[in-house]
Amino acid sequence: MYAFEFTRPKTVAEAVAALAGEDAQALGGGQTLIPTLKQRLASPGMLVSLAGIAAMRGVSVAGGTLTVGGGTTHAAVARGAAAAFPALAALAGRIGDPAVRNRGTIGGSLANNDPSACYPAAVLAAGASVVTDRREIAADDFFRGMFATALEAGEIITAVRFPVPQRAAYAKFVQPASRFALVGVFVAKSAAGVRVAVTGASEGGVFRWTQAEAALAADFRPEAVRGLRAAAAGMIGDLHGSPEYRAHLVGVMTARAVAAA
Amino acid sequence: MPKDSGIGASIKRREDVRFLTGRGRYTDDINLRGQAHVAFLRSNVAHGRLRGVDTAAAAAMPGVVRIFTGEDFAAVGGLPCGWQVTGRDGQVMKEPKHPVLAHGKVRHVGDPIAAVVAETYEQARDAAEAIAVDIESLPAVVDMAAALAPGSALVHDDLGTNLCYDWGFIEDSKAAVAAAIAAAHHVTTLDLVNNRLIPNAMEPRVAVGDYNSASGESTLYTTSQNPHVIRLLMGAFVLGIPEHKLRVVAPDVGGGFGSKIFHYAEEALCTFAARALNRPVKWTAQRSESFVTDAHGRDHVTRIELALDRDGHFLAIRTSTLANMGAYLSTFAPSVPTYLHGTLMAGNYKTPHIYVNVKAVFTNTVPVDAYRGAGRPEATFQLERVIDKAAREMGIDPVEIRRRNFVDAFPYQTPVAVAYDTGNYHATMDKLVTIADLAGFEKRRAASAAKGLLRGLGLNCYIEACGIAPSHLVGQLGARAGLYESATVRVNATGGIVVMTGSHSHGQGHETTFAQVIADMIGIPEAQVEIVHGDTANAPMGMGTYGSRSLAVGGSAMVRAANKIISKARKIAAHLMEAAEGDIELKDGKFRVAGTDKSVDWGAVCLAAYVPHNYPLAELEPGLEETAFYDPANFTFPAGAYACEVEVDPETGRVTIDRFAAADDFGNIVNPMVVDGQVHGGIGQGIGQALLERAVYDANGQLLSGTYMDYAMPRADDLPSYVVDHSCATPCTHNPLGVKGCGEAGAIGSPPAVVNAVIDALHRGGHAHVTHIDMPLSPARVWAAMQG
Repeated sequence: MYAFEFTRPKTVAEAVAALAGEDAQALGGGQTLIPTLKQRLASPGMLVSLAGIAAMRGVSVAGGTLTVGGGTTHAAVARGAAAAFPALAALAGRIGDPAVRNRGTIGGSLANNDPSACYPAAVLAAGASVVTDRREIAADDFFRGMFATALEAGEIITAVRFPVPQRAAYAKFVQPASRFALVGVFVAKSAAGVRVAVTGASEGGVFRWTQAEAALAADFRPEAVRGLRAAAAGMIGDLHGSPEYRAHLVGVMTARAVAAA
Repeated sequence: MPKDSGIGASIKRREDVRFLTGRGRYTDDINLRGQAHVAFLRSNVAHGRLRGVDTAAAAAMPGVVRIFTGEDFAAVGGLPCGWQVTGRDGQVMKEPKHPVLAHGKVRHVGDPIAAVVAETYEQARDAAEAIAVDIESLPAVVDMAAALAPGSALVHDDLGTNLCYDWGFIEDSKAAVAAAIAAAHHVTTLDLVNNRLIPNAMEPRVAVGDYNSASGESTLYTTSQNPHVIRLLMGAFVLGIPEHKLRVVAPDVGGGFGSKIFHYAEEALCTFAARALNRPVKWTAQRSESFVTDAHGRDHVTRIELALDRDGHFLAIRTSTLANMGAYLSTFAPSVPTYLHGTLMAGNYKTPHIYVNVKAVFTNTVPVDAYRGAGRPEATFQLERVIDKAAREMGIDPVEIRRRNFVDAFPYQTPVAVAYDTGNYHATMDKLVTIADLAGFEKRRAASAAKGLLRGLGLNCYIEACGIAPSHLVGQLGARAGLYESATVRVNATGGIVVMTGSHSHGQGHETTFAQVIADMIGIPEAQVEIVHGDTANAPMGMGTYGSRSLAVGGSAMVRAANKIISKARKIAAHLMEAAEGDIELKDGKFRVAGTDKSVDWGAVCLAAYVPHNYPLAELEPGLEETAFYDPANFTFPAGAYACEVEVDPETGRVTIDRFAAADDFGNIVNPMVVDGQVHGGIGQGIGQALLERAVYDANGQLLSGTYMDYAMPRADDLPSYVVDHSCATPCTHNPLGVKGCGEAGAIGSPPAVVNAVIDALHRGGHAHVTHIDMPLSPARVWAAMQG
């Protein structure tokens, strides 16, 4: 780790101000950033921890919308969303291990947008919106490819607003070493229709499988997607699976998510 | 009635109190006054010519004490290899120099180029990054077959080849084997890979060098399975320090699995630097360094042929293997694919003709050496996979084909040099059939099928040569060391006992089990016995712990020393009771005169030895301390039968191990609970190899599986609850305890059982075209195999 300055503001406004400084970097739960620093692959001048901002923590439900503070840990989401949005709670409860779940935050995960992270699938499938210190961004506009988002420099995710779906489930097939999603599919059915979001599979990061959405809008049963094939082109190929395997798993996991929803 | 003390008792491990409460003393816990820290600059290319190492800017950075490069080691030796293999042509193996710090060329990612000593580790690392290295990148030699092709780049230019040796075993058998295969009713052939593994001990390697300028004594604290071996190799061959001026201490060690047998560059560097700088010097591996510096394991590519008659009797076995040595010869690397592998190719079976060919190959990868099982898992995997394939081809039940070929009379002279002293392979198979509930398989298969899952059953039998090793034998085979073991038993004046053993516990539980043996022999509580190991300053010259040898060889030395103690104590007791020595019996910690009620207890005899007021001084020296060395007459041959049941998800290819049973014959058992633990750990490691672990290099020699994000270690939920049994005991015939060793069995016996089970599941599920899948059987590989 290289030397850096550290600050732990108590309010969003203080954090925004701190992040305006040169070489400043926001620190959520640190589950990606801290290992990166330890490997000397990043050298921010100032780390701005968001962990001290009480207003960014917690889960609340009002009028069919579940709101999760950007600094809320996965473990807190697993507890706080269990009644209102059990599919999201289940997803959060299976991220990493207890140490990760009690440190890592939803805002940190979304800002990083790891192509194998779980949360992006839930946010995209549920049609959630990402609330920042300066605006509200629809999920469809937020994810911009592997490790890329619509966030501007110094912009902080203060909350995520999920319209609670009528039926939903997340089916994750884990990569054996990291236990990130080799393929994860979040399926959400609401009055507006069906949305299917896939993480882990694509070189472009999380994406919506519109072909499955159309089929499931007509018939929300696993059988409706059995015959569908996601395209292997653009899928990730690595030690743990070929593009063809990942494309195949997209279909399998979609059917399993529908069955569980 | 289970025993609660002595040999055969499942008493809890005394060392766990300190391990589980954070009070162990590992090498990284050692911090000496005035200590400086080392960071290594390592090659990030697999193969290149070192054109320049400019340390000027780095040397001027804050806290830097000294920077060492390959030039500083020009006058000392390279890291030695402890085994010389002679090839088919009668020529000895190619043995390249292995410099402490790279000189001339870098030969694998992780090869150390410079060592920076600074006041803090962070300062050392900052300076290491500031060293300007000029490397002319060369084509990397990664694939073994390509490495042997004409025109390949050479890992060591001076050798003129990447072939270390071409070994035939037994060369004189080659023609007879070929004839038997040509004439056979059926020949089954299988091509397979034994996947390269990274050891991943929980504790990374650490070295702390110290130097006392007043006495001229160097001390190395290191994470080692064999401190005396390190003292000898580093002192005599690398740094030129005689044993009496060099102390090596291996305190608590958190796992080794073989990887901490070897002498590593970092140990020599820290010892050398401490003397050069006259201050302590410490290095602790980062986990990412462990991946590219700890010797890797396995990495064999093999073709095996099994010839059978029409009844499924084995007639001949022929194997051809490429074995990866990596960039340099690690300490015992040449022995692993040869004498620890070829000698085991008979397995549990009467196969009259066997021929093994191994070509060892240099590549631009981390050196490969012994890893839990070391050669024996590779032998067992080939043999038990080809047997399973043959059984399927010939329509013979997998239990039956094994039974039909079992060695059933002992001693048994194999056609691959070793002679099994004892065993009962039908008994272990009978036990397995029961504890694995093979009769209930069909019902379980139907239940799995109802869930949409394919269930399969895989069997495996193994034999291993442990209790390594008879020195005269290994000497003939190229070992440059003896493989005896030692112990000193020191009895204190009030009867307490300290045993200093040349064995080394790095998780095995010697402090408990060795104490049980001594306590049992004398009839005193275990609490009166302390086991000390790991310090060359107090233990007699010992060869350490590996090859499942500690109890069989180290325990035997300890028994010998204890028998000397008992013999002398009996004489003292006879004197005290004015009886004939021949009439004295030792039982329950008391010496009695046979047939009388006269007795003297252990403590009184010990006190008399140290306060010899009433003592036969004319015949006996005072004191009660004895040392013994034990060199085994033969290897020991643990054996067993394993069964694995898996469920395969046909949609995803994911394999789940549902049941695993192990029936082992370890001979006599000192502590059944400790043995259970050893078997559990070994099976877990074997399942890791079978389903999860694989070190992968790309074509440029970059390690793709260089972190836990890509190198899959087994976790608790990857493993089932095991059923283990070691009641089928045929005691070893040639050591005093009748013990055989249990440390490696699980890792040897489990991978073939897992793979056989998956292949069985696929066949039962209609995928008859799948005859083999290389390990690890990841979901992606199993799914791809099902696609055809």
